[in-house]
Amino acid sequence: MTRKRRRLYIVVVAMAVLGLAASLVLMSFEDSLVFFHSPSDLVEKPVPAGRTFRLGGLVEEGSFVKSGVDITFKVTDLAESIDVEFRGLVPDLFREGQGVVAEGQMNEDGVFVASNVLAKHDENYMPPEVAESLKKAGNWKAKEEN
Amino acid sequence: MIGEIGQFGLILALVVATLQGTLPLVGAARGNIVQMRFASNAALVQFLAVTLSFAALTVAYVGSDFSVVNVAKNSHSLKPMLYKISGVWGNHEGSLLLWAWILALFGYAVAAFGRNLPDSLKARVLAVQGLIGVGFLLFIVFTSNPFERVDPAPFDGQGLNPLLQDPGLAFHPPFLYLGYVGLSITFSFAIAALIEGKVDPAWARWVRPWTLAAWSFLTLGIALGSWWAYYELGWGGWWFWDPVENASFMPWLVSTALLHSAIVVEKRDALKNWTILLAIIAFSLSLLGTFLVRSGVLNSVHAFASDPARGVFILGFLFVVVGGSLTLYAVRAPSMKGGGLFAPISREGALVLNNLLLSTAAATVLLGTLYPIFLDAISGAKVSVGPPYFNSTFLPLAIPLVIALAFGPFLPWKRGDLKGVLSRLKLALSFVVMIVGVTWWIVDDGPILAFVGMGLFAWLVASVLTELGDRIKLFRTSLRQSLKRFLNLPRSAYGMTIAHLGVAMVVLGITASEAWQSEKLGVMMPGETVTVGGYDFQFGGAERLKGPNYDILRGSFKASKDGVLVAELDPEQRVYQSPPMETTEAAIWPMMSADLYVVIGEEDGKGGYATRIYHKPFISWIWFGAIVMFIGGGFSLSDRRFRIGAAKARKKTIEKQAKAAGA
Repeated sequence: MTRKRRRLYIVVVAMAVLGLAASLVLMSFEDSLVFFHSPSDLVEKPVPAGRTFRLGGLVEEGSFVKSGVDITFKVTDLAESIDVEFRGLVPDLFREGQGVVAEGQMNEDGVFVASNVLAKHDENYMPPEVAESLKKAGNWKAKEEN
Repeated sequence: MIGEIGQFGLILALVVATLQGTLPLVGAARGNIVQMRFASNAALVQFLAVTLSFAALTVAYVGSDFSVVNVAKNSHSLKPMLYKISGVWGNHEGSLLLWAWILALFGYAVAAFGRNLPDSLKARVLAVQGLIGVGFLLFIVFTSNPFERVDPAPFDGQGLNPLLQDPGLAFHPPFLYLGYVGLSITFSFAIAALIEGKVDPAWARWVRPWTLAAWSFLTLGIALGSWWAYYELGWGGWWFWDPVENASFMPWLVSTALLHSAIVVEKRDALKNWTILLAIIAFSLSLLGTFLVRSGVLNSVHAFASDPARGVFILGFLFVVVGGSLTLYAVRAPSMKGGGLFAPISREGALVLNNLLLSTAAATVLLGTLYPIFLDAISGAKVSVGPPYFNSTFLPLAIPLVIALAFGPFLPWKRGDLKGVLSRLKLALSFVVMIVGVTWWIVDDGPILAFVGMGLFAWLVASVLTELGDRIKLFRTSLRQSLKRFLNLPRSAYGMTIAHLGVAMVVLGITASEAWQSEKLGVMMPGETVTVGGYDFQFGGAERLKGPNYDILRGSFKASKDGVLVAELDPEQRVYQSPPMETTEAAIWPMMSADLYVVIGEEDGKGGYATRIYHKPFISWIWFGAIVMFIGGGFSLSDRRFRIGAAKARKKTIEKQAKAAGA
């Protein structure tokens, strides 16, 4: 076994592994990219029912209704708002007027059915996408320091 | 006063680190022994200075000194003492100070334990360590000063985020940082070797204990974090492929590869350049992790409020470190000659495959983690890459890795014989068939992948034990002889066997809990009973109580199986006043065979309560497996050949034995 030969083997195996990885990446990227949309985006360019995406904004004041484990609320960027349904326990730090990101799909009636409401660890945390979409809608107020 | 002392410590440390990062390099280039030896003293002084600073912040927290902004923002006079102390690193500034402290600690450890290192190598290693210290201390002093003052001081603090008021905070970050920062040592060794232009088995022998230590702590740190998320967040999940989790997982994958490739350098003097590159990448990924966590560029479920300005600094630092070290690598690496030759089927070959799979896996995780940033920069589209991507790219790489893991230890160095190994693995193969068959018989349902997972578990356990049996000649000689051989095995052999068994336990835990978990979500009235995973859960009702600094809603559940009471579970919903926030305290009953996991939510206004009940088979094996891996790392670390002054110690025992024989 010469040094060149060994190098050749290693390169061949490396190429095979990388090729495998690349094809796995390409195949799975197709259907696992989850896009983020704000309520204004959705009004402008509706997403067809059945496609998974993330909806983010603020929980609209006075829109939160709970019956047992079925929850409905509205997500707003203060320009447009979208109805959301969720079945599960209300996550910690979920409050009206606070930022929220939910993952799910639109149903036929134009209601967003969330499979997951992403919780946060920190009351001051604003998801970066939500902050940006609020800025775009012209309603961003930087939280005052103390 | 205490704040000024801390500030003084920081600036002193910065000055010393700057000297430590420059003078010894000059000394090593010129062969000036005094300048080279300065490095060790500087490392000690830097360590003492950062310790002073860290102690000052701790005193400020313990004494609730609210004239320090950091304390006022993150502490409260009524907080329990444990959380006053762990609160020191429960915030951005404090956690960076902890990072800098551990960095200085490791630098000092190299100076103290590295007595047998050549002067020039030691000087260069400590100098690189000093330069990393300069970067972090600058970052702390200019963007994240923990000692800033307010005047007038507020009457009381704003309190610590309740999620962090948990013993998990006391342990998870320090262990994770010991891992992250431990990789800085291997990085420093790699850079020093590139400057010296020399990598040999001795170098690998010096580097391996540090890699082992860093890897062990990183394993434990990640496991603790995952366990903490599992019991504290109340979602029942333990891993979400979230950017913050990936940030710690990528360095783990690469350091695992490094751990194995350094063996090849040590034993066979081959794969040198690759090992150096891995050491650079492992630490770069640690820094990248810090950037992702601290800058808030990615939406993470574990994110805390963050400041983008700080991100820019870390990004710049990352750029300097990665760019600088890779440039040095490009210039120096080609001149380093590889050593021992080997056939594709050999121990080296197996370790190369291990490295290829691990680093490719790390690359796919990296791509998935960073892709949203790229896409945002290019097209402005906001995306997130979810678990399906990671599951479908990571698993196909992890499965061959685990299969190959069984072969590696059987193959001899240089040239091996696959047929011979296969014949020795016949027993393992029949064990696989048996376990998969038994699993099928018990559950008779589940995804294909679950049976693959069970097979992998059986394959690993059987092959690891077969290898151990081979080594001690079990059943081929008398049991007494075997026992003697077993006791005489080097510690690193125990380490390998234990760590690989830990991997098997993790595989079992992940497979069983993902495939056969059952869950029930719904409103329960007091007295109602539901059945989940073969257990009957009776809801006894809920009551409202008061905790030390929060209000409690506590539900009581009785879990029984076949009419026999197994556990009483009291999940809580807590409401804190400062800061105002709710937390979910799941009630968990861990058993060997499964965890019972109950969460209670709010009342529905008609006397019922929202509840979520899980039955998670074998889930605690994930964390026990990680602890077993940690223990394996510890065994390897205590191996004789890594011990300082091992040669001397051996001489003494020989002398002692000779004396005993003479007497």
